[in-house]
Amino acid sequence: MNDIKVKVKDLSLRYGTNLALKKISMDIPEKMVTAFIGPSGCGKSTFLRTLNRMNDLIDNVAIEGEVFIDNINIYDKNIDVVNLRKKVGMIFQKSNPFAKSVYDNIAFGPRINGISHKSNLDEIVERSLKQAAIWDEVKDRLFHSALSLSGGQQQRICIARSLAVNPEILLMDEPASALDPISTAKIEELIHELKKEYTIIIVTHNMQQAARTSDLTALFYLGDLIEMNKTEIIFSNPAKKQTEDYISGRFG
Amino acid sequence: MVTFNKKKFRFSDWLAEKVIKAVAFLSIAVVILIFIFVFREAFPIFKMDKKEAASTETLVQESYGGLGTDNSTVKSADNQVDNSNRKQTNDEKPSSSLLSKTWMPVSDNPRYGLWPLFLGTLKVTLIALLFATPISILAAIYTSMFAKPGIREIIKPVIELLAGFPSVVIGFFALMVMATVLQNIFGYASRLNAFVGGIAMGLAAIPIIYTLTEDALTAIPKTFIEASLGLGASLRQTAFYVVLPAAVPGIFAAVVLGLGRIFGETMIALMATGNAAMISMNPFDSVRTLSATIGAEMAEVVFGDIHYNVLFLIGSLLFIFTFALNALAEFYFKNLVVRKYQSKK
Repeated sequence: MNDIKVKVKDLSLRYGTNLALKKISMDIPEKMVTAFIGPSGCGKSTFLRTLNRMNDLIDNVAIEGEVFIDNINIYDKNIDVVNLRKKVGMIFQKSNPFAKSVYDNIAFGPRINGISHKSNLDEIVERSLKQAAIWDEVKDRLFHSALSLSGGQQQRICIARSLAVNPEILLMDEPASALDPISTAKIEELIHELKKEYTIIIVTHNMQQAARTSDLTALFYLGDLIEMNKTEIIFSNPAKKQTEDYISGRFG
Repeated sequence: MVTFNKKKFRFSDWLAEKVIKAVAFLSIAVVILIFIFVFREAFPIFKMDKKEAASTETLVQESYGGLGTDNSTVKSADNQVDNSNRKQTNDEKPSSSLLSKTWMPVSDNPRYGLWPLFLGTLKVTLIALLFATPISILAAIYTSMFAKPGIREIIKPVIELLAGFPSVVIGFFALMVMATVLQNIFGYASRLNAFVGGIAMGLAAIPIIYTLTEDALTAIPKTFIEASLGLGASLRQTAFYVVLPAAVPGIFAAVVLGLGRIFGETMIALMATGNAAMISMNPFDSVRTLSATIGAEMAEVVFGDIHYNVLFLIGSLLFIFTFALNALAEFYFKNLVVRKYQSKK
């Protein structure tokens, strides 16, 4: 097992009076793929969004507990959330490229970080698109609108856009749920490539996807972390009855 | 048992449908009727051109006798004066005087030059827009992006409340308070001028521009904001580099509608701009706007006179202009945003 990248301790989250996460604790290793599975509304996406403090944007959210990334508690008062999010990139369920050209989409992150030199930007754009395995498809259309691409391409543009700011952790919130099987396969292949350099945490509805892509799997149910273990153990020999029931499709 | 093999006539449904339809068409009919009326009253200006030119000739030919018959009690000396004035009038055809540089509709030698009015309107409109647009847009950015919900719930209604202010109240405030305060600050000569009027009209336009800009900004999908923040952009960078550019067409529509409001604003113009029709580029000179001219002169004009027709011509110009602006905002800019973001999933 690799070193621990993210360490969560007794994390609880409330939307108003509704307790959405109940004292979650887990360790997420570096440069591996960790999948969160569970039925809708179980808190897996909410939990994912606590890891780059995306929930800060929502009103009425109260968070208790600690999340350590590289041994720093990201809920500490002195944390710079903007820089935290540079380190912890996020891919959303619905691909959301800006209504700009492919190039400007990828260059957005570097530009807000003050990189304006054209050759630097060109280099970053090319590298990011290659990493996201979409360079060959868009290299002749860099200055076309990103919205003119297909859904699967848009999602890989979004991944490339995240990679352009050199994150260390990638949070993926059901990145392939709106895509056809071929695009999904491409994204999964990409995840497999990216884990060599990045720590990847993926939320998915699709248990086969979790089984195919991840090294570790965590099952959430109603705000509780039911079980977390190596993926092959979760899918072949889970410790808890509830996990077995969910995996075998008896509930959820 | 319910039977449905025979169509049943439901009177109340039928009536309701007809009434609603009638009301809808009535409102359209009213707009068209106003349109026709205004244009019909303005039209003689262009027709009069030839008639008047023709009557000039006949007047000269008939020499001075003919006119006296209308009011036979008038002394011959007066008649003389009357005629010489009239001759002067006829030297300048009404439509050629429309393009002259003086607006003097009630002098002995009336001239209906619209340039000073156009220039005055333009000046006031520009000042009002320059004042209202940045304030409205920044306020909209603040409430849509930065303000905590509690503060937003206060600021948004308060600004929108300004839209409900009768313009006469804003005009009165401008006349009594702003004119004095601004004069003390800037130290210009005439107390009521384009600047004061422009600022006051800007106040009237702020709620319109603000509300529509706010709508445009909040209509930008939240996913864009999340994407930007997820890339480590600050809230300010997100607001100015992602949300604002995406909302530009909507903001344009807001500004254009605000422009229409300023352009047609009468009461504030009448009260705060000084109403001097002169050609000057100085923003601190008094001006007379197109709408204020109608407001000030319509009550005193002779029915059917050239002056009367010219006022209606001004009305039609205002009508055409605001109509064009609103159409532009409604059909072009608004749809631009929708096309850009709603058509794609």
